[in-house]
Amino acid sequence: MQSSAIDTTTIVTSHHEAAAHGHHAHPDHRIFGIIVFLVAEAMIFMGLFIAYLTFRAVAPVWPPAGTPELELLLPGVNTIILISSSFVIHNADTAIKKDDVKGMRLWFAITAAIGAVFLAGQLYEYFHLEFGLKTNLFASTFYVLTGFHGLHVFFGVMLMLGVLWRSRKPGHYSSTSHFGIEAAEIYWHFVDVIWIILFILLYLLK
Amino acid sequence: MTQLLQDEAAKTPPAPPIQEKKREWLKYFSFSTDHKVIGIQYLVTSFFFYFVGGFLATLIRTELATPEVDFVSRETYNGLFTVHATVMIFLWIVPAATGAFGNYLIPLLVGARDMAFPKLNAVAFWMIPPGGILLLSSFFVGAPGAGWTSYPPLSLVYNKPGEMIWILSLLILGTSSILGAVNFLVTILKMRAPGMTLNKMPLFCWAMLATSALILISTPVLAGALILLSFDLVIGTAFFNPTGGGNPVVYQHMFWFYSHPAVYIMVLPVFGLISEILPVHSRKPIFGYKAIAYSSFAISFLGLIVWAHHMFTSGTPPWLRMFFMINTMIIAVPTGIKVFGWLATIWGGKLRLNSAMLFAMGFLSMFVIGGISGVMLAAVPFDIHVHDTYFVVAHLHYVLFGGSVFGIYAGTYHWFPKMTGRMVNETLGRIHFVLTLIGFNLAFLPMHKLGLEGMNRRIAEYDPKFTALNLICTIGTYILAVSTFPFIFNVIWSVFKGAKASSNPWGGLTFEWQTTSPPPVENFEIDPVLEIGPYEYGTEEAVKIIKAGPFLALEAAAAQG
Amino acid sequence: MNIPGSIATLLIGIAVTIVSLWYGQNHGLMPVAASTDAPLVDGLFDIMMTIGTGLFLLVQGALVYSFFKFRREPGDDTDGPYIEGNIPLEILWTSIPAVIVLGIAVYSFEIYNSMGGLDPMDHSVAHHSQPTHEMAKMPGAAIAGTLTDTTIDPVSAPLEPAAIPESIPGTTSAPQEMTIQAAGLQYAWIFTYPDSGVVAGELHVPVGTRIKLAISANDVLHAFWVPEYRVKQDAIPGTPTELAFTPSRTGEYPVICAELCGPYHGAMKTKVIAETPADFNAWIASQKVASAAGLEDAIALTAAEKPVDQFLAPFVAPLGVDAATLQQLHSAHHPSAS
Ligand code: HEA
Ligand code: HEA
Ligand code: CUA
Ligand SMILES: [Cu+2]
Repeated sequence: MQSSAIDTTTIVTSHHEAAAHGHHAHPDHRIFGIIVFLVAEAMIFMGLFIAYLTFRAVAPVWPPAGTPELELLLPGVNTIILISSSFVIHNADTAIKKDDVKGMRLWFAITAAIGAVFLAGQLYEYFHLEFGLKTNLFASTFYVLTGFHGLHVFFGVMLMLGVLWRSRKPGHYSSTSHFGIEAAEIYWHFVDVIWIILFILLYLLK
Repeated sequence: MTQLLQDEAAKTPPAPPIQEKKREWLKYFSFSTDHKVIGIQYLVTSFFFYFVGGFLATLIRTELATPEVDFVSRETYNGLFTVHATVMIFLWIVPAATGAFGNYLIPLLVGARDMAFPKLNAVAFWMIPPGGILLLSSFFVGAPGAGWTSYPPLSLVYNKPGEMIWILSLLILGTSSILGAVNFLVTILKMRAPGMTLNKMPLFCWAMLATSALILISTPVLAGALILLSFDLVIGTAFFNPTGGGNPVVYQHMFWFYSHPAVYIMVLPVFGLISEILPVHSRKPIFGYKAIAYSSFAISFLGLIVWAHHMFTSGTPPWLRMFFMINTMIIAVPTGIKVFGWLATIWGGKLRLNSAMLFAMGFLSMFVIGGISGVMLAAVPFDIHVHDTYFVVAHLHYVLFGGSVFGIYAGTYHWFPKMTGRMVNETLGRIHFVLTLIGFNLAFLPMHKLGLEGMNRRIAEYDPKFTALNLICTIGTYILAVSTFPFIFNVIWSVFKGAKASSNPWGGLTFEWQTTSPPPVENFEIDPVLEIGPYEYGTEEAVKIIKAGPFLALEAAAAQG
Repeated sequence: MNIPGSIATLLIGIAVTIVSLWYGQNHGLMPVAASTDAPLVDGLFDIMMTIGTGLFLLVQGALVYSFFKFRREPGDDTDGPYIEGNIPLEILWTSIPAVIVLGIAVYSFEIYNSMGGLDPMDHSVAHHSQPTHEMAKMPGAAIAGTLTDTTIDPVSAPLEPAAIPESIPGTTSAPQEMTIQAAGLQYAWIFTYPDSGVVAGELHVPVGTRIKLAISANDVLHAFWVPEYRVKQDAIPGTPTELAFTPSRTGEYPVICAELCGPYHGAMKTKVIAETPADFNAWIASQKVASAAGLEDAIALTAAEKPVDQFLAPFVAPLGVDAATLQQLHSAHHPSAS
């Protein structure tokens, strides 16, 4: 505005110099953003877990009398499947860092398939359980926790399918640009870790 | 020297109307990704909801003018205070303090061109209006009437559709707040200008960092509680319903695990605003920068481990009550550090007593009253007497209105010239301040006595012996309502007709004052580099920087005239 | 800035102290103290009020003083002095509040303890049918009414005018301790005296006896509060809680429901009537006679099988509610039930 009246030269030059040093590459903060967001996600689960533990602690008998025993075999296998998928998906990351789009696609497809198998197993378990959502407090927490986690698995599978879809375009992902792949991987590890806690709480802790 | 700038600014003729300006207002109704537009969108939206919430409060107080139930029905009354509190907290203070000022100021203060994730930012904002309208629409199906705390089992049996709407709307607003927090954290941690180490950030950034961390950790737990509550409500599970083996107290723990931190979510950003405003208008450096910066984190941390002080009568085990009592009281220490730091900042300065400064000092004065009554509430034996009485209502309005609202007013006056390029009318601003101060104290001071003497909260009818004090409260409320008129008029008038603002009307040192008013689309034409700490008033360099004018956006300044 | 040490500061300090001390004792904000706990709570409040007043005067004084003293001279465009901080001063105003706050915490702890808040709980209350699961099942406020010194027999304590301990039910003296069941429901309290089977809508208590309320809730949360006794406890459906106090003055005081429980929450009020042991026993006797005929109904052990309005019917008269209102309340509140 009235800059003519004031001696600005010294300050201005120093700023131009700074600008010349090149502050123009816009660094990508999205991965950091995903991690921050997952803190919030973790806290929802944490809240639900602690609610579960409190119900457990407060109840005179747990699980409430008459709750059928949980079958361990199927969820156990499911757990192993899900954990192994974390290793599988990591191969995709290694592949894309070597610009191996094909390899990446392969590993993503496998991980997505594993996710689908997990979900199918979960649904199978739901249909063969002897209690329903409203049977008792244990049953309700069981369904809400596993269901909410299942929703996250489903979303993870969708993410992978999305990446697969996008990767049809050559050059969309490369060793230097692969945010979607990294994000999906981090998310998938997160979903895995949550499942492990959940499995311990619901199935193993008696 | 600041006066000089101001005078010159007043003399410069207004910029010739550019064609584009005609349709510029449209962008405020669009999915804009410019953080400044989003900030103003937040501010205007939340002010709108403030008036809605205040309108509901006026109805509440009108009902309470007499001991009988004569103005609204009991059912409506419960809906009124439930929606009043929900609107005030989730649609006014949270979006205004974090959303509006966070979005407008953070990129400017750290010297960035925008937030880290501009689109996400817009998404977060555009969840607010639908969430708010959804909440208000509950009045058509029977408003939720279980209080803003919505304790089951009452919330499970009373006005179920309204309750469900309340839950949905809170889930939307909570998500919006989480997305905002992610954005703030990344922007502050990753996008600061060269030279700006954490210890050289403006204090508002520290406050927003602490607030965002708090949002990120606590809000999801509320979401968890609400998910379980909605299962109970809609499907008939029994998480919180004792008839099915559930436990209503678990809900209280989950709710307060969020809602106690929520009170700091509502006040920490305002602490940040105050830390920016006081030094500028006192022309003195902030007193004890590091202490004020770090105490925000102390408050955040302590804020996470005090929630059960809302549950001293809920059958909480005695040893736990003692634990929560002591934690709660300790919060007075970091808060005191801030308060005394602010007082020392003012002390010996050259105070410019304009509207922004008046509201900032009013904040200090009123907040301390609320803080002291808070420490009293933390004392278990005393809280057992006054829990769920008007003493608590008095406390919460002293901290939330005397604290947050005064602070937001201060911020609005302080950054109005930056946001709009126009000055506000100071006379109207001072009238606004005086009326607010008087109305506020009339409305809420007597509530302390009411509560101590035995008036419980959330009642539409009360013992006739409380009539006189209640009448004073009601009159105070009407004065408060009237006090907003000069403000509303002032703001609208000034946007169009106010004197043109210079780039740095207050002589501030943070980056936003080194660019034009309002700043150009990407804030700065020259990437800012930290030359001087944010509060180095009284030094040679400060005078030089302030004299330099909008040197971070010279071209925009030239184009403006 | 140095810590100011001038005479003026000293005088101001003394003045603030005197005013605070005076106001802390003379605020007149609390209602009558009618239980043995009340003076303890009031003592705590007085101390907090004294400290609060002092802090208030200090902060507001500094603000108002600055407001007038440090306002900018017209035409003075220079900045104020460059003072960034002062470590000793900062340490001072960190440690003083810390000390104050810890002091209040310790004092509150003491008071709470002497009110019986931390005593190991007496689990003789009839309710505990479920196996106790220690931590979680811990009942609520057991604020026992005895004074700090438990060796003093509360009955012969000077507060109590007319009690000569004989402690045989049915005579004119008061027992040392009495358990009364208090059930909260929308929108009334029902008090049951297990020893005599009397059921009432108002709480009659003998002065000088330590009253233990076994509190339960039938529908939603309620809270039992007597402002003059300074005690409050939530009634939680599904979780029994208890509350103890010792009335020290005869008279009628309001019993207020302090937890939002529905539209008529504000109307959920009754009275506690503190009487001399003789009057109390006379009242119990009269109640026994009055309710002898309808006792089976009144005890309402079959509550679970009856809809609320029928269940409530026997109490309609004592509660001062007529049956039609009751019906209306009930159906307004449970639309599906009618
Ligand atoms: C902005 C919002 C806000 C803030 C900042 C606070 C701050 C505090 N609050 Fe408040 N509070 C609420 C909003 C807030 N509160 C609301 C909304 C409720 C009611 C919810 C409901 O039930 O609906 C509530 C209720 C509430 C309760 C429960 C009452 C009850 O229901 O029974 C308690 C109890 O401990 C409490 C304590 C405190 C304390 C100790 C602080 C402290 O952080 C205050 C610290 C500040 C100071 C102490 C002043 C400055 C310090 C000094 C000058 C230093 C020297 C001071 C001393 C040595 C004391 N608050
Ligand atoms: C930030 C939070 C906030 C704010 C700012 C306010 C502001 C006000 N509140 Fe609120 N209040 C709460 C948060 C807040 N409140 C909470 C959390 C509760 C607890 C609820 C519960 O128990 O669940 C509560 C409860 C509460 C009660 C207790 C109800 C009860 O327990 O029965 C009362 C009673 O007096 C009250 C009054 C007021 C008044 C008079 C104002 C005034 O300050 C409002 C002043 C503003 C105005 C008057 C608006 C001005 C404009 C107009 C009127 C113009 C008309 C409209 C247009 C132009 C669109 N509030
Ligand atoms: Cu019962 Cu309120
Ligand atoms: Cu709190």
